[in-house]
Amino acid sequence: MNVAVAKTGKGRAVSDLFTSAEGRLPGSPAVIAARREAFETYERLGLPHRRIEEWKYTDLRALVGEVLPLAAAPDAAALASAADAVKAHAVAGARKLVLVDGVFAAGLSDVKALASEVGFKTLRETLEKDAGLLKTAAVDAVISLNAAMASDGVVLSIADGAQLSAPIQIIHVATTDSASAFTRSQVAIGKGARATIIESFVAGAKAYQVNDAVIVSIGDDADVAHIRLLDDAPDAVNITSQFVTVGANTKVNFFNMTSGAAVSRLQGFIMFAGEGSELSINGVNLLQKTEHGDTTLVVDHAVPNCVSREIFRAVVDDRAHSVFQGRIIVRPDAQKTDGKMMTRALLLSDEAEADNKPELEIFADDVSCGHGATAGALDDNLLFYLKARGLPEKQAQALLIQAFVGEAIEQIADDNLREHVIGIAERWLERRS
Amino acid sequence: MALLEVKDLKVRVEEREILHGLTLTVNEGEVHAIMGPNGSGKSTLSHVIAGKPGYEVTDGQILFKGEDLLEMDPDERAAKGVFLAFQYPVEIPGVATMTFLRTALNAQRKARGESEYSTPDFLRKVREVSKALNIPQDMLKRGVNVGFSGGEKKRNEVLQMALFEPSLCILDEMDSGLDIDALRIAADGVNALRSPKRAMVVITHYQRLLNYIVPDFVHVMSRGRVVKSGDKELALELEASGYTQFEDAA
Repeated sequence: MNVAVAKTGKGRAVSDLFTSAEGRLPGSPAVIAARREAFETYERLGLPHRRIEEWKYTDLRALVGEVLPLAAAPDAAALASAADAVKAHAVAGARKLVLVDGVFAAGLSDVKALASEVGFKTLRETLEKDAGLLKTAAVDAVISLNAAMASDGVVLSIADGAQLSAPIQIIHVATTDSASAFTRSQVAIGKGARATIIESFVAGAKAYQVNDAVIVSIGDDADVAHIRLLDDAPDAVNITSQFVTVGANTKVNFFNMTSGAAVSRLQGFIMFAGEGSELSINGVNLLQKTEHGDTTLVVDHAVPNCVSREIFRAVVDDRAHSVFQGRIIVRPDAQKTDGKMMTRALLLSDEAEADNKPELEIFADDVSCGHGATAGALDDNLLFYLKARGLPEKQAQALLIQAFVGEAIEQIADDNLREHVIGIAERWLERRS
Repeated sequence: MALLEVKDLKVRVEEREILHGLTLTVNEGEVHAIMGPNGSGKSTLSHVIAGKPGYEVTDGQILFKGEDLLEMDPDERAAKGVFLAFQYPVEIPGVATMTFLRTALNAQRKARGESEYSTPDFLRKVREVSKALNIPQDMLKRGVNVGFSGGEKKRNEVLQMALFEPSLCILDEMDSGLDIDALRIAADGVNALRSPKRAMVVITHYQRLLNYIVPDFVHVMSRGRVVKSGDKELALELEASGYTQFEDAA
């Protein structure tokens, strides 16, 4: 019998992570029991590694080694430094909900300015009564770890028919070096509602880790834009899991841009639960130095007559590594499914790497599904044309890179938001060596 | 001092020598035509002057306003006043023409230590120049050359020439792919830019273009060298007799 204590890659006991945090984690006794069970699952599985198929290209044991201890609740100094980061990354006109080191910061948030149709609670409040939010449709080691350790999050419910004119921006700020934040949020969008949800991950510290989970349910006849902007510190780790269910006759526009973090993974589990819906999922990875950015999407066509479109662009410089895994599942009844994904990678150095793994699992016979992928360098003829017109090499490259990611960014309908995203991409370009 | 001095230039592409010692002097205000059969090295010369990678200069030099052009990157050459109008201008999807023009113009001005144009000043300048060249504003709203006809692409090159105000314009086979009307429009644009301070090198296979852009000097290239120079009458002579005589001479 194996009685050895599970150790992290750095030789510490894995269980220390939970035992040292347990007293600070919110929740009723039932919630604490659910947390303990989730942690046992994590402890048994350990960090995902390359021999687990879904994590083949993102071996967290090799890339991360161990999960850092839970960050302390933010003090006044932490909140003050978070305020600066929030100011720098807030989208103009958006209602901000701010999580600092994994804890909701009311003083930095615009709860009072939320529209009357928006119900708001913190995860902390919700867990006093109910452990339901700790359960998700899909489970793996990092999701179990999130369930065990989640210290706070926002729980939003947008009423049926609400037409929100202002976007809601959830901003995650890290202010503690070498610590972890675990957050879990829920966004429930009612029938016929129109809303824009932005999630931003920003840095006010170094070498921190983020493990976030977001549970999104969208009712029938809704129109939703969900924008996620990962702009973490260059030595940070960000693992985010999204669980999305989409009702009938609904339009959803997802966008993710990763322009930071040493190691990041966004894993999205998206399910069509009602017919006649259209989902557009667009992503941009901007990676440099030795950054590793992974976008893994599972789009589950569980019902007929839905459309999904995935456009993904990766710009990979230096020795960075971009991963895109896209699985489209078409269930036996999901006839007339139209699911397509297109991935393009731009490799800016000989040592840059882009892995692309499309998977189509089709169990219905009357469907239209497809995928395409390309990888290549910048076109020398275009570069020369721009240089011959006076653009220095780096500026010529920047213009072509912006054009390359433009097709994905253009899918963001809101002008103001699109400009905000372009601004982040421009700052990334300026950081290139 | 001559504006452009190409001295005994030898150029290789992938181990094969294309230019075998070419010499050419162009002064301010002059229009030179370089004619020659396919494969004579005309386009190679234009590419080497502009700084296109892939060409190895094994001997000789190119001086521009007395400075060694071969030591400069293509963008520095552009800022110094060298402009190559491409035979086949590239399409750049996703880069708006206005963004491109403004970025390029300001990059050149910055390199010269001049102040960059503000957006309103830039817009005013583009409007002025495009109006003079009869270029519809609609063309400027599209991606660079995206979906442009052959004639529109060449007009876009002329527009850039007018905007950047170079002191040396090299027109590489400007007539290729253009019908007679498009050619006339493009040539009118070029003629409007002739000035005592600006020189032009017009590279062409056919004499036809030179009816519209009348040169001061004509050079015939064959097998990587200038084999004959003369005035505009030489072009007419070539039109009548063809290039064969020069191929033998080389």
